[in-house]
Amino acid sequence: MASARGAIERTLAEIGHVLEQSLFAETLSRQPGLLQALDPRVKIVGLLALLVSVSVSRNLWVIGGLYGVALALAVVSRLPVGAFVRRVWLVLPFFTGMVALPALFMTPGPTLWSLPFDWVITRTGALTALFLLTRVGTSVSFALLLIWTTPWNTLLKALSVLRVPDGFILILAMTYRYIALLLGIVDDMFLSRKSRVVGKLSTADERRLLAASAGALLGRSLQLSTEVYLAMQSRGYRGRPRTLDTFAMTARDWAWSFGLVALAAVAMVVGQVGG
Amino acid sequence: MAEPVFALQNVDFAYDSGQMALQDVSLSICPGERIVVLGSNGSGKSTLLKLLDGLYYPTGGELKAFGRALTEAAFADDAFNFAFRRRVGLVFQDTDVQLFNASVFDEVAFAPLQLDLPRADVTARVEAAMRDLRIERLRDRAPHRLSGGEKRRVALASVLSLGPEVWLLDEPTTGLDPRSQSWLVDFICAQGAAGRTVVTATHDLTIVDTIADRVLVFGEDHRLAAAGTPAEILSNSELLLACNLTHEHWHRHPEKPDGHRHLHYHGAPHDHGHERTG
Ligand SMILES: Nc1ncnc2c1ncn2[C@@H]1O[C@H](COP(=O)(O)OP(=O)(O)OP(=O)(O)O)[C@@H](O)[C@H]1O
Ligand SMILES: [Mg+2]
Repeated sequence: MASARGAIERTLAEIGHVLEQSLFAETLSRQPGLLQALDPRVKIVGLLALLVSVSVSRNLWVIGGLYGVALALAVVSRLPVGAFVRRVWLVLPFFTGMVALPALFMTPGPTLWSLPFDWVITRTGALTALFLLTRVGTSVSFALLLIWTTPWNTLLKALSVLRVPDGFILILAMTYRYIALLLGIVDDMFLSRKSRVVGKLSTADERRLLAASAGALLGRSLQLSTEVYLAMQSRGYRGRPRTLDTFAMTARDWAWSFGLVALAAVAMVVGQVGG
Repeated sequence: MAEPVFALQNVDFAYDSGQMALQDVSLSICPGERIVVLGSNGSGKSTLLKLLDGLYYPTGGELKAFGRALTEAAFADDAFNFAFRRRVGLVFQDTDVQLFNASVFDEVAFAPLQLDLPRADVTARVEAAMRDLRIERLRDRAPHRLSGGEKRRVALASVLSLGPEVWLLDEPTTGLDPRSQSWLVDFICAQGAAGRTVVTATHDLTIVDTIADRVLVFGEDHRLAAAGTPAEILSNSELLLACNLTHEHWHRHPEKPDGHRHLHYHGAPHDHGHERTG
């Protein structure tokens, strides 16, 4: 089972890497580019509208078109398009796959392919899985656009200005920090284990080690996030994010927010026509 | 005598898990005093600093800051919370928990922004703090991806930008290179000279007589074991030994080839008290 464990470890490391690159890519948000220059409130409202139209769309072409819009926005914002595509589509199947896979087999309908052991992929099942993957992939892409082009604290403040409740923002802020802590701990734990484990372990020992690490990880990250909250309070945090930037809507911002919302509305209407 | 900054009367503190951390502690700290808190691992130094910062509340006894009791109810009052946070700054022992912003600049700007200082003021303070700690070139980096010493300096800068009149420093020299360490010692002295109160928890006995007017020693039973001037405390080898701050070890001298036992603490010059024959 050593190779299976190796694979798990590699996948964990890969997911960690993607999270790190996606959530903490502050340099991208400070580069010049179209989305970077927009008022964060416009981005939130506009991209959220597009995200909603993706999730209610019953037409694959519309979803594909919206993904095209996401790509175009990435290009004009000078984001690394290759990474933008890979991040979403490489990691996504790992999470969504678990949900999509059963749908593939269990949805009744006309047979598409027959597999050995009487396993049948139905046309309806394949479509359901395809919808699920493309919907989630496109939605995640829009979310990524927002995160990559907006400094984190600015994003939190924009949410607050948009009257998202303080408690929710606090949870977001903590989750973000929590993920960073978790990534750091996972890194350290793998490293320290590597340095301490000499030679090969039996499968049972491997399992025990992995389970113990998971337990330690949970305990340590819980304790750390309590401390983080204390540290935030110590410096005056009362649940309301503040930043130096002042938000001011320019004519361009208004134009873009109408443009994005209009696009989302059209997609929503067209998307109701199945296809 | 001026009103004390902190006054503790028979303070007890136990964590929710039931773990005792402080027991029957009574002390007071005056404005402008420089205090060092000594104690072995687990004796309750960090807990004391968190109590002084109003992050935990005593489970027994009374803790007053600036003449007002620090209780949960007191901090529920925004005005009080605001005033207190502006006056008192805590640098955590574990820098990882203190650095929760996405960039170094945001980190240093966090406290002054939370406390509603004027904008121009915020920028000026952030720039000054970053300059003082030589971290300007890190401004756009993610704090949690810095080296240990860099994190420490960002953590210090993040409180420096607040300009507190009371500093609570939890093992601030850990992980600093010699130059930053001596900068820190100078910094503490300068804060003291400027009339600020500085409470430092440390294991580093070599800096104690430079940065302290008074030393508090905590024992392994979580009680205040002794208080006195640095000279009094550092010369009391039984006390230091009892509180696990020094250890007895073998030390060989060329003039006494069979060796002899003596007490010492790491890094400090020590006098062996035997006449040289060379
Ligand atoms: N979050 C916590 N939950 C439960 N017990 C805790 C917690 N933090 C500390 N303790 C316990 O409280 C006691 C005092 O801990 P504290 O961190 O104050 O010690 P310290 O003097 O700062 O030690 P060190 O020199 O190692 O930093 C210890 O016995 C410790 O195990
Ligand atoms: Mg401590």
